[in-house]
Amino acid sequence: MKKRTFLAGVAATALATAAFAGSHGDGPVKAGFIYVGPIGDGGWTYQHDQGRLAVEAEFGDQVETVYQETVPEGADAERAITQMALQGADIIFTTSFGYMDPTINVAAKFPNVKFEHATGYKTADNVATYDARFYEGRAVIGTIAGHMTESNKIGYIASFPIPEVIQGINSAYLHAKKVNPDVEMSVVWVYTWFDPAKEADAAKALIENGVDVIMQHTDSTAPQAAAAEAEGTVYTFGQASDMGAYAPVPRISSIIDEWSPYYIERVRAVLDGTWESGRHWGGIAEGEVVIGEISEAVPEEVRAEALALRDAIAAGEYHPFTGPINKQDGTPWLAEGEVATDEELLGLNFYVEGITAEIPN
Amino acid sequence: MDLSSINPVLLVASLMVASTPILLAAIGELVVEKSGVLNLGVEGMMIVGAVCGFATAVATGSPALGFVVAAIGGAVLSSLFGVLTQFLLSNQVATGLALTLFGLGISALMGQGYVGVRPPSSPRLDLGPLSDLPVVGRILFSHHPMVYLSLALVAGVWWFLRSTRGGLVLRAVGESHDAAHALGYSVVTVRFAAILFGGACAGLGGAFLSLVIVPQWTEGMTAGQGWIALAIVVFASWRPWRVLIGAYLFGGVTVLQLNLQAAGVAIPVELLSMSPYLITIAVLVIISSDRSRAALNAPASLGRVFHASK
Repeated sequence: MKKRTFLAGVAATALATAAFAGSHGDGPVKAGFIYVGPIGDGGWTYQHDQGRLAVEAEFGDQVETVYQETVPEGADAERAITQMALQGADIIFTTSFGYMDPTINVAAKFPNVKFEHATGYKTADNVATYDARFYEGRAVIGTIAGHMTESNKIGYIASFPIPEVIQGINSAYLHAKKVNPDVEMSVVWVYTWFDPAKEADAAKALIENGVDVIMQHTDSTAPQAAAAEAEGTVYTFGQASDMGAYAPVPRISSIIDEWSPYYIERVRAVLDGTWESGRHWGGIAEGEVVIGEISEAVPEEVRAEALALRDAIAAGEYHPFTGPINKQDGTPWLAEGEVATDEELLGLNFYVEGITAEIPN
Repeated sequence: MDLSSINPVLLVASLMVASTPILLAAIGELVVEKSGVLNLGVEGMMIVGAVCGFATAVATGSPALGFVVAAIGGAVLSSLFGVLTQFLLSNQVATGLALTLFGLGISALMGQGYVGVRPPSSPRLDLGPLSDLPVVGRILFSHHPMVYLSLALVAGVWWFLRSTRGGLVLRAVGESHDAAHALGYSVVTVRFAAILFGGACAGLGGAFLSLVIVPQWTEGMTAGQGWIALAIVVFASWRPWRVLIGAYLFGGVTVLQLNLQAAGVAIPVELLSMSPYLITIAVLVIISSDRSRAALNAPASLGRVFHASK
């Protein structure tokens, strides 16, 4: 009997908390963040956490932030997000692709809480998505990579075969090929966002197979450290964060994700009561994708070319996926002068012509 | 398919390096389990070793000193487990899990100032003419000293357990702590020593990750290697040489699949990524099934709490 009373009490408390969540009234707005790795990863999660800190700095006492690190994608994520909603968060940012379905599921149970899911494609009345056009940055570093490689072999440490990653591989390859027709791309899938030892092993495997420029779509700085062992013969690019500790070599430039403006804008919308669901996809022009300093290891004319490309993308004069581009099997994708639509990019599931590997399904 | 870009000599050499952290942690855990204690905190001890070794190496500029402090760090953390389980008689499974969580947390705290810092490089051993020999020179004679130490530890543990009086006592404690106690051996002392040894080995394994393999400090950098080490001990049915085989097999297939991918071999990537786990399980199941007694090979007192009054 007592047990039942207790359970009823717990349920009532949970419901009450859920009901109050969102109607924050007098208290500060509570912004929650779910991270896929530790905030000290030096890459992806670190950069999201910088965004969180920017929100705190911007709003001071009006906002309280909470976060949870190293939340596995999948069922565990649903528990973590529910927990955060029960704790009274008004807006929750879930910062990895694999949180897509958990976010949608939890959002259905908490209609008064706002959810923001990074890099996904499912929305609801209280779920917005946001993403960055990483492929724009890939075009710039692909150009640098094409010039810098001497073995004409570029390596790419890829995480999961999802459109966001495939966009990056295609964009980097197209632009490396444009400046260096002999270039080949080796792709290694590690099936993790964060595993420094595996990322380092992947970098070493690429180097042992003759690759001399490595790009990564994983979150730690381990590939940079592994390339540093090669003593100046291998080049890398910082990913998500600047990874400037590895400059000037092996890290010769970087793609930095700058989430702060978006986070501030969305938390302000919650404060003002003007928050609405939507899809946000910013790139170099919005300042969401930033090209890190190009180090002195890169020749002056290459630097100028890369910066010109960056500026053309920012000005809207050039789109990294501009035809003619064929699919891997040789069938035409984009005609001369045609530009890929956002829908096509968000569902991108094939390599462009010239990449010899196959995409795992 | 073009396999010409894969150099088998480099492949074997990197396999040995990639397997060493798991091997070190697993051989330590083997001794702990042989004494009848199940310490699930390997992951936590490894990562504390990783941060202790890294911080020391950065501060002193000496990777060797880093490894020493890593072993001490791992042992200190394991002594916490030892006190809780041997003197306060807490549940070993729960305490071990707590140790992992604690280790991950405290290592993140200790490592705050070390993110993005480069450690002093740990040179490979240079044995002069031996290291210059073709093929064997690269595979056998030009590794980091810790690789040789890990192999020596396996041999040492094998010899200790099989041929020494101390090893006999340790196994007796693991098989039947009551009988060992009745014979006048101090069960708690033996187990505590084994736990410290296990902690030190796990610490060394962690430091090998942060100082040689990766080499840098990142939070959560062990990323599950401690759990693999635990699994390898079980699959090796508590035999030192099988731990070596298991660890090298796991590391070898991991390195091989990355190399196959880098060489552009047209095998489904999912299969390649799964292969280290699949092959480790398959092969170790096969070698442990060749004797019907393999299942009985587990120390009989494993995980049981001992109290002298009972």
